This record gives sequence, C-alpha cells and structure tokens, in this order.
Amino acid sequence: MKKEIFEPYNISDNNFEQCVKCTICTVYCPVLEVNPEYPGPKQSGPDGERMRLKDPGFYDEALKLCLNCKRCEVACPHGVKIGDIIQMARIKHSKKKPKFRDMILANTDIVGTMASTFAPIVNPMVALKPVRRIMDSVLKIDHHRMFPKYTGLRFESWYRKYAEKKQKEFKKHVSYFHGCYVNYNFPQLGKDLIKIMNAAGYGVHLLEKEKCCGVALISNGLIKQATKQAKHNVEVFKKSIVEKNMPVISTSSTCIFTIRDEYPHLLGVKNKEIRDESELATRFLFRLVDTGKLKLVFKKNYKKRISYHTPCHMEKLGWSIYSTSLLRMIPGLDFVPLESQCCGIAGTYGFKKENYETSQEVGKPLFNQIDNSNVDFVATDCETCKWQIEMSTTCKVMHPISILAEALDVEATMKLWEV
Amino acid sequence: MKFDNIIIGGGLSGLTCGIKLAEQGKKCAIVSSGQSAIHFFSGSFDLLGKVDGEDVSNPLEGMKSLSEKHPYQRVGLENIERLTDDALHLLIRAGLSFTGQANRNHFVLTPMGIMKPTWLTLDDFTSFDHKDHFPWNKAVILNFSGFLDFHTLFIKDGLKKLEVDAQIKNISMKQFEAIRKNPSEMRSTNIAKEFDKGNAIDEFAEKVNLLSETTEVVILPAVFGLFNRNVVEKLNQKINKPLVLLPAIPPSVPGVRSQIMLRQRFQDLGGTYFMGDNVEGGTFDNNRLLDIKTNNHDDIKLEADQFILASGSFYSKGIVATHNKLYEPIFGLDIEGDSDRNNWLDEKFFNDQPYMHYGVKTDDKFRALMDGQSIENLYVAGSVLGGANPLKEGSGAGISVLTSLHTVEQILK
Repeated sequence: MKKEIFEPYNISDNNFEQCVKCTICTVYCPVLEVNPEYPGPKQSGPDGERMRLKDPGFYDEALKLCLNCKRCEVACPHGVKIGDIIQMARIKHSKKKPKFRDMILANTDIVGTMASTFAPIVNPMVALKPVRRIMDSVLKIDHHRMFPKYTGLRFESWYRKYAEKKQKEFKKHVSYFHGCYVNYNFPQLGKDLIKIMNAAGYGVHLLEKEKCCGVALISNGLIKQATKQAKHNVEVFKKSIVEKNMPVISTSSTCIFTIRDEYPHLLGVKNKEIRDESELATRFLFRLVDTGKLKLVFKKNYKKRISYHTPCHMEKLGWSIYSTSLLRMIPGLDFVPLESQCCGIAGTYGFKKENYETSQEVGKPLFNQIDNSNVDFVATDCETCKWQIEMSTTCKVMHPISILAEALDVEATMKLWEV
Repeated sequence: MKFDNIIIGGGLSGLTCGIKLAEQGKKCAIVSSGQSAIHFFSGSFDLLGKVDGEDVSNPLEGMKSLSEKHPYQRVGLENIERLTDDALHLLIRAGLSFTGQANRNHFVLTPMGIMKPTWLTLDDFTSFDHKDHFPWNKAVILNFSGFLDFHTLFIKDGLKKLEVDAQIKNISMKQFEAIRKNPSEMRSTNIAKEFDKGNAIDEFAEKVNLLSETTEVVILPAVFGLFNRNVVEKLNQKINKPLVLLPAIPPSVPGVRSQIMLRQRFQDLGGTYFMGDNVEGGTFDNNRLLDIKTNNHDDIKLEADQFILASGSFYSKGIVATHNKLYEPIFGLDIEGDSDRNNWLDEKFFNDQPYMHYGVKTDDKFRALMDGQSIENLYVAGSVLGGANPLKEGSGAGISVLTSLHTVEQILK
C-alpha cells in the first residue's frame, strides 16, 4: 500500500481549525500563570481567530503580552500553530504604534553600531544608576536591567583584521551568521566558534553583509523593516548556500529560528532554498560526529559541573539534544539536567518597564532550579536568556560553543583529520 | 542519532514502554507530537468494567468471554495477571501511588454522581467497595466561585439516588480573584497553580472546615497539586472531615502531574523525550525499519534496533479516516478495519461502533504488518492496536499499559 500523507484540509491561512479545544496549551503558557491580564494561548490564538475573522474589532491589544515562546505550540497535540496565529493577529490588527523606546530596543543593528563605536563612553554610562533611572522614567526601560557591554572592536572588524586570511587554508568551508550579539557585544563567542570549526577542519567565512535577523523588529511591530531585512538575509544566504555550496551556521538559537521559521510563517518571506542548510553550529558539529566524520578530543584536565537551560526557541526547534550531546562528550563534565522552563526575558520583552515584573515572575521557577543546582555555570544557546539568568541568579552563563572551545584539545583533534 | 529502542508516541502506552525498557538498561527515545491524553486522566485506570453491557466484578474472569481478537486475549490471559502486577509497581516506582486489584474491581464516584467500576485509582481519589452504597449520609459539595468546570448539580442528583443529602456551597478567596477576572482562564490547572505556591492552603482549609461543620464528608473538584505533589496530602491533614475529590473538566490536574512524573521517571532512567516533534516516515529494508525521519531532526535520522508504534487511535491521529479511506499515517501500515465506509458506523449512536475496533494489523508477536509482511523490529502497543471498544468496555488504560508491557517483553526476549 502506498503511504498516505495526512494533510488536514484548512480553509484558513493558518491552521486554527485543527484546534479541538482541549486547552492543554493553557497549562504550559508561562505568562498566563503570572499575568491574568493575558487572555492565554487558546483564547488569544485559535478561539480569538474565529472572532477576528468575523470582525477585526475583536482584536485585543492584550495579545502583546504574549512572549512568543511557542511553548503552546510544542504542547499542542494537534499541531496548531498557536504562537504564529497570535503573532499574525498582532501584525495584522494592532493599532498601537511602536514607541521611540521600542525602536531603540528593536534596532539592534543601528544601536549596536553606534554604541560599539563609542563603547568606552557608552558602557560605563548605561551602567550608571542615575542613567538607568532616567532610561526608566523617560524611555520606560526598566532600571533593573543592565545593558550588555558593547565591544570596542566589533567581531566583523576583528575577523577581517586577524582571522580572515587563515580561513582560506582549509579544504571545507562554512559561512557564519554571527548575529548582533556576537558582533557588537561578545566577539569572544565568534572567536570560540572559529577555534572549534578550524579544529574540525572547516574555514569560517562571513556572509556578504548580514543584517540583523529581525526578531526584535517583529516583536516590536516594525514589520516593514523586518521584512526588508529578511529578504536581504535570504539573498545573502543564497549566495553562500546555493552559489558557493557553503552551509550557514549560527550560534544564536533565536536568530536561526527566526530565519528558518518566522520568515516564511510571519513575514511571508520564502526561504525554501536556504532553510535546510541554515542551522546552529552545535547541530552541524553533532551531525559530523554522529556520522563518524569528526572526532573531538578533549583536554584531560577539564573538570566542570554544568547544567543546560533550554531556551524557548530551542525547545520549539527540538535541538537542545545537539548541544547537550556535544557537552556530554566532554569527559570531565558533570552534567546536571534542568526542567525546560522559560526564563521570562523573551528578547526585548523583559527590558520594558511594564513587563519587568511579569518577566521575573515567569523566570522564577527556573531561577530556583538553577540556584539549587550547585553548578559552576549554566550553558545555553541564547544570548538574552544568558543576560536574564546572570541578572536573576548567582550563576554565570556560557554558550555551549565556548565551553567546547575551552575543553577542546585543538591539536589532538586536528591531528585526527590532518593525516 | 542511535538508540536501542525508539517509541513513537508519548502517552500512557509510550511512557510505559519507555520506562520499562529504560529500567532494563536500554537507551531509549520517545518521540511525542505534543502533550498526551494523560491530560484527560480521571484519576483511575480501568482494566475491564463491562462485558456485553454487564458489570464485571472480576476483570480477570471477565476477560475469558472476550473475543479472540481482543488485545487481552492476544496478550494471553495466562500473562495478564502478572502484567497487571508489573504495571502497578512500575507506576509506584515512578512515584505515583495507586491502589486496586486486577481480580476485583472497586468503584469511584464520577463527576456525574455515578459509581463506576475500575482497576487502579490514584491516591488523590477515594475508592469505594460498593456500587450502591456511599459511606456517608450528609455531604457538602464545594466549588470555587466562578469555576465553571465542575458541575455540582449532577453530583448532587447522583448522590440523591444513593440516599445522600448533599448541599452545594461556593468558596471565594482573594487568591483566585485574579484568574477569575478572565472567565475563560478560570481553569482547574490555573487554580492548582495558586495552591502550588503554598499561600492558599491554610485559608482554604479553614473555609472548608467552616462550611462543612454540619456534614460528614466534603466533596471538592480535583484541582490540587499540579507541579507541587504535596498539596492533596496537606489538605487532607488540615480539613477535619473526610475529603472526596472528583475529576473536573480537563485539563486534569492529577493527569498533568502524572504525565510529568512518568516523563521524569523516564528521563531519570536516561531516556530522551522529544516533545513536539512529528515522525514523518521511515526507511525500510528487507522487512526491517532502519531509521525514522522527524520534522525537527530532518536529515539527522533516528536509528534504533527496535521501534514501538504507540501513536494512539483516531483522536491522536495514530489512525486516520478521511471521507473514503482509513489509514495509518506514519508508515502506511496495514489496517484492521472495513474498507467500506458504510460499515464504519452504526446509526444508533450508543451502540458498539465498529470503527472503535479499528487499528493497525499485527502478527502474533505484536509486530506491524506492511503489505501482509511482518516488520521484524516494529512493534505496536496501546490503543493504535484496535480489536476492542475501550469506551464500551471500560478497558482503555488496561489495554494501553498491558499491551505495552507485553510488547516490551517480546523485545527483551
């Protein structure tokens, strides 16, 4: 018998009619639990969609309280794209214009360029209490929040100066979508990635001018600009993947999730040609190890106790297994599993004064887990989760790639393929 | 990605398989397309409640009159008693405390106010010895103001037939005002989350004690202890009168808690639980399933020595019916069922519906058939098997758990 493909027939563009009203999604919504102003995923998503189809007047501005964590989608037994339905409703119906503050938070590219140019002044300035008070009262950026430090030497500049030349010596090549955080705030992660990829026998290249993935633009309602950047990125990815046959890897789970799934679902930007070969570095490395094409050799004296926090978009991608599997390969590593829970920051959401309390309440169970886990540090694939956990717990947070880079015996690993 | 065993489906059947195999040292993965039907858990597992419309008092005896196509008959009645014992202990090792016997049904009070025969009952709930006797004469049924998912009048009417005088009263507390603001979110799990925080129990128990001074027993909706396991125990200590909890409309609080505990047990044993992922198909060679492809992992195939299909029945899309076709959607396995849709339904709604018996065809070792050939390493367990009408028989959980344990025994042989 030939296999039948089960494809439910939907009249809608999204698949809200697949909802059977089981309400399971509401159990796993991290916002609903702490903020009753939010109508919850079922009401905001498939239930509300029926009403909005009749009359867009039924749109409720409270939908902006959704974190877009997609945990409702992961829980849904019928595959309803609840999170997408809610985001689409916001895009279509919201009358609220983005505030000046939202534009500052969303334009990570422009702000990053300016801030890193004046990093020696900006960093101490935004760390000052009075400045944070002013940002709190004028811009409504909560004063508890510390902005991540901006770097004086952007990753791209560092790369061109110190790394680019050497990359051509390798036989195999990948492109690296570093994202805003690596470029403007934390170039070390990019350097760690290059160290590992080089040890694995791959040259690492920059894309032909990447732009911010646009996740913060989408969540702040700056859709036109997000779409423009998405189209630009897809073209740039095509040049690498289709023309040069070089897959694109990234170290940010949210960037890669946005490019793979939010571009087509929310922005209507087609990405079919590039989607399969745009992925996280940990997944790329895992595949090599899993198929026997790569063996990682680790230092014998590396001893650490760590746990792994699953960012919401990693939970949705289902990819945390790649990061944790790689980490578990390090012999001296004592791995403490954590229950997957939202940290509450959700990108720019938690920076906004009006969301601060919700954000911290959402993260509380996770913070308790971490504070009780007695680890040297927490590993996670998302930069904003890192800021949130470092602000709200006593633990330091490291990217799995940085941990691997620290534990890797580069020479021994290279020897295995050089011969 | 290589495992010893991969189970498709993360519900009661899949988790039973996963835990049992992991307990035997197998490296297992469960792929689940979302949260499971355990979220609709009433608090009891049925083994066999009715045969031909007649109540069964001893399920092990009652099974003897089931057809030879029935999963219990196919597992072999000589194995059933041992497996029921196995099931109970598997649950207990997962931290879930159940009571009940396979050779004697006990009774639980349903939210319709009716006594229903069952096999195992979670210790949140009260087991009764007799169908027509409620041990107390005066009861108070308490509900939360604004909570629409607990239908007190049905319970009161049902209890009247058992000669119980029941009063209905409501409780309001400021802790629940916030969730009450939004009537669609005043759900059992949201009430449970308030109790989980620990600051509502004392005041609640005081109110219950005040409202139950003149009665012998307190009846409450089962909305206690979602992530925090000790809430029911604490309430029992603080409430002066005996406490009878009844299931509310799903999502079920004891159900979500049970699901979490079973999953944690599986993960503690080293199991990998892939949540929110869908199996799209598999690679077959020489009547063996080599690997499966999932939506999230795509080209990184999941390999295993043996696979178990525990994908559920129609509701979970383990089997699918369109206007003219009946099929198994993951691999296209052979189906036990009528190809003529006119025979799917009995026009009398409450009759034994033929489609309820449909499922994936298997050989005598519970291995799936494809084009009439057994797939050597693809086993089938749980409600996707067919051969029974769990709704009519009161046998759903029993079939899930026992066929799973039996399948695992085939694999471990």
